[in-house]
Amino acid sequence: MSATVNRVGLPRDAYKGAATTLCAGCGHNSITNHMIKALYELGVEPHLLAKMSGIGCSSKTPAYFVETAHGFNGVHGRMPALTTGAHLANRQLIMLGVSGDGDTASIGLGQFMHMIRRNVDCTYIIEDNGTYGLTKGQFSATADLGSVQKKGAVNTFQPIDPCAVALALGCSFVARSFSGDGKQVVPLIKAAIAHRGTAILDIISPCVTFNDHDGSTKSYSWVKDHEESIADVSFIPFFEEVHVDWT
Amino acid sequence: MTEPIVNDLTIQAATVNGSGSQTANLVLTRAIFHMGIPVAPKNVFPSNIEGLPTWYQLRITPEGHMARSDKVDILIAFNVATWREDLKSVRPGGVVIHEEAFSTADVRTDVTYYPVPFSKLAKSKIQNDTLRKQLANMIYVGVVAGLLGIPWGAVEHGVKRQFLAKPKAVPVNLDAIKLGYDYWQDNFSKQDPYRLEPMTGAVEGKVLVEGNQAAALGALMGGVTVVAWYPITPSSSLCEYLIAYSDRFRLDEKTSEKNISVVQAEDELAAVGMAIGAGWAGARAMTSTSGPGISLMAEFSGLAYYAEVPVVIFDIQRIGPSTGLPTRTSQADIGFVYTLSHGDTKHLVLLPGTVEECYEFARDAFDHADRFQTPVFILSDLDLGMNLWMTPEFKYPDKKFDRGKVLSKQDLEKLAGEWGRYRDVDGDGVTYRTLPGTDHPAAGYFTRGSGHDEQARYTEGADAYARNMDRLAHKLETARHALPAPVVEESGSPIGLIAFGSTHSAVIEAREMLAAAGKKVDYLRVRALPLADEVARFVARHERVYVIEQNRDGQLYDLVRLALPAELVERVRSIRHYNGQPIPAIAITGPLMDREAVPA
Ligand SMILES: Cc1ncc(C[n+]2csc(CCOP(=O)(O)OP(=O)(O)O)c2C)c(N)n1
Ligand code: SF4
Repeated sequence: MSATVNRVGLPRDAYKGAATTLCAGCGHNSITNHMIKALYELGVEPHLLAKMSGIGCSSKTPAYFVETAHGFNGVHGRMPALTTGAHLANRQLIMLGVSGDGDTASIGLGQFMHMIRRNVDCTYIIEDNGTYGLTKGQFSATADLGSVQKKGAVNTFQPIDPCAVALALGCSFVARSFSGDGKQVVPLIKAAIAHRGTAILDIISPCVTFNDHDGSTKSYSWVKDHEESIADVSFIPFFEEVHVDWT
Repeated sequence: MTEPIVNDLTIQAATVNGSGSQTANLVLTRAIFHMGIPVAPKNVFPSNIEGLPTWYQLRITPEGHMARSDKVDILIAFNVATWREDLKSVRPGGVVIHEEAFSTADVRTDVTYYPVPFSKLAKSKIQNDTLRKQLANMIYVGVVAGLLGIPWGAVEHGVKRQFLAKPKAVPVNLDAIKLGYDYWQDNFSKQDPYRLEPMTGAVEGKVLVEGNQAAALGALMGGVTVVAWYPITPSSSLCEYLIAYSDRFRLDEKTSEKNISVVQAEDELAAVGMAIGAGWAGARAMTSTSGPGISLMAEFSGLAYYAEVPVVIFDIQRIGPSTGLPTRTSQADIGFVYTLSHGDTKHLVLLPGTVEECYEFARDAFDHADRFQTPVFILSDLDLGMNLWMTPEFKYPDKKFDRGKVLSKQDLEKLAGEWGRYRDVDGDGVTYRTLPGTDHPAAGYFTRGSGHDEQARYTEGADAYARNMDRLAHKLETARHALPAPVVEESGSPIGLIAFGSTHSAVIEAREMLAAAGKKVDYLRVRALPLADEVARFVARHERVYVIEQNRDGQLYDLVRLALPAELVERVRSIRHYNGQPIPAIAITGPLMDREAVPA
């Protein structure tokens, strides 16, 4: 029995990673699954993939897909610098960065913006839960004004919207989606990878442990109640013709 | 008139920064060097673009001493704001060339004055309005040339050499110099003993190079392909030289495209992060900075140490803490850099003491980084990095790059994919790595700054952590033996000196002064951290050892004592200089003689 394989001859399992250590039900786990699907369907060659991340629950996820690819889990908020350097060292690599909203919009906002400014060829996924999961539930900079922490504290600051920031900086690929919407996320990931230049994907990804309660604007129920899909997304990959010089 | 003093004098030009005086000083330097006379320039400049006082010291000695002199023989008093203060630095019997408008009558009577109406000359004789201010400085070059007897041919050479890239500027500058030259001939008769006479045998085969320039060349020779930096004095010129050189020497033969990436990052966190990302992906990568930037690089440096990523980091030291004196020299980062980052972090640190070593160590640093898969720091300083130094011409490298233990696709096939990123198969603490892009299913692994085992898997296991840390210590121990060994000069004296970096030039001179006074002292120059075993052996062979350095707390002194068995510790003493001016020899001989006079 021959397993189904993709255009580079690999089965879906080849895109799996180590078992997740995140909480059951964490939005980030869904995104990991979308990633596996997208990379498999796109036929990305694992050895050409470089999985980059910062620090946080979200930043752990590159260990949970495409185990045979190289990955680099760096320091908090500095994934863009590592990605930029690795890209400069080897332009063949497909750079795929995973970050959190704290990693991106708090400690890493500067690097996030400068990466967009340089339009470094990479996919940058923000697994956005409005909270610091790994340090147990403090507000991040994407938490909405008035949203309530699990222990009751109310956020009194305006959020930083990574998509708005990216657009303001002229980023050529910006999208927002929801971890629970695989139909949308999978083609978006594919399109982002195919895009030449920095592609920002802000994926709302509920933290079931610290930010899934009433009063949170990043809970499953809140997102489901407020999600408005503005487009049916699908992605048709473009593969360059192979030109052979016979001389 | 007293005995003539030939080729042994220090000129100090006290001017205003941003006025073009630096160009004039360099012309003078190159003219004198062209006469075959050793020169040692030191530029003391403010952290400012225009309008603040600046001093340029040009030391001239037949022996080729390169340390700063604490005595001025010839002062060019060109700055109205500082000239009274500047006058105090002139030694009795010295010379003062000054703007005629400064009234010196009430100041000092033990020096010779040569008043020159610089402003009037500039106003009446220099037609070019836009360049007048700059060219005015050239007038003093002419006066000095007249005073010291610098042949006109040497002056012409100095100007042409200085304006290599702008030959059009040569005639106007020569005209301005001629104004001063003629003014000297027409108005003064020589009343002082100072002379310059052409020499042979002292500077042949030597060039004038800045340490940062040398390091840039070294990095290119070391095969750097990714450079990320953020501007900061006194480090900027290193990357700027690199950019300039790579515009010429790093063009692809076929496409003429540059085959090196240089990124001006948004800050030093990003700069070092980019270099580490590139090192991880297989490039030879570097960054260069100074104190404030090094502070920002701390976290990433620990990541590169622990995750074992090669990267080369230059620290061109300046005075701290904080912004400190940004344009003054220091050796006060050595302790910080050695263990830069939190946790049990320790780094390989190269300590060039000459511009030639700036070149060689920069080149070899990339081999060390690849071989030991760890950050390699090169600790230079403002004095070494930004001043011109006389040096033998650099040699073209005669060895191939050592890229260290990297497994290729073929290697992995031979191993049937059996390998562990952090498995110490050779017993030297240095493990094998693969590069992203290697087309083998076993090539990939996950690099992380969190706990990991031999297979690079995440673990918080106590034993795995300790095992890994022990191996890292073992790796550094292996590396220690491969780093540049100390240079020892010994003739059986009971007294030894230990120094590193730019202090070297002052130590050379201090030893000559001490020997002339009948007190020979031995010398060990440290060239890398962790310290070599030879340091302890050197201390064991001497009764008293002085560690000389340019920081307040005796940081190398502390490191040396830590490396010694208890019974040797009390033999070691400390001499420190930390006012931001490059250490002069007298700052060594003075305290040493004082301490030696007191019975231990
Ligand atoms: C320099 C630094 N400061 C603080 C931390 C502690 N820290 C770890 S993860 C984290 C926040 C992560 O939040 P986010 O990026 O939103 O990821 P999440 O865990 O929510 O997925 C913080 C503050 C750290 N690792 N490094
Ligand atoms: S704490 Fe929150 S973000 Fe972290 S794994 Fe658990 S659910 Fe996910």
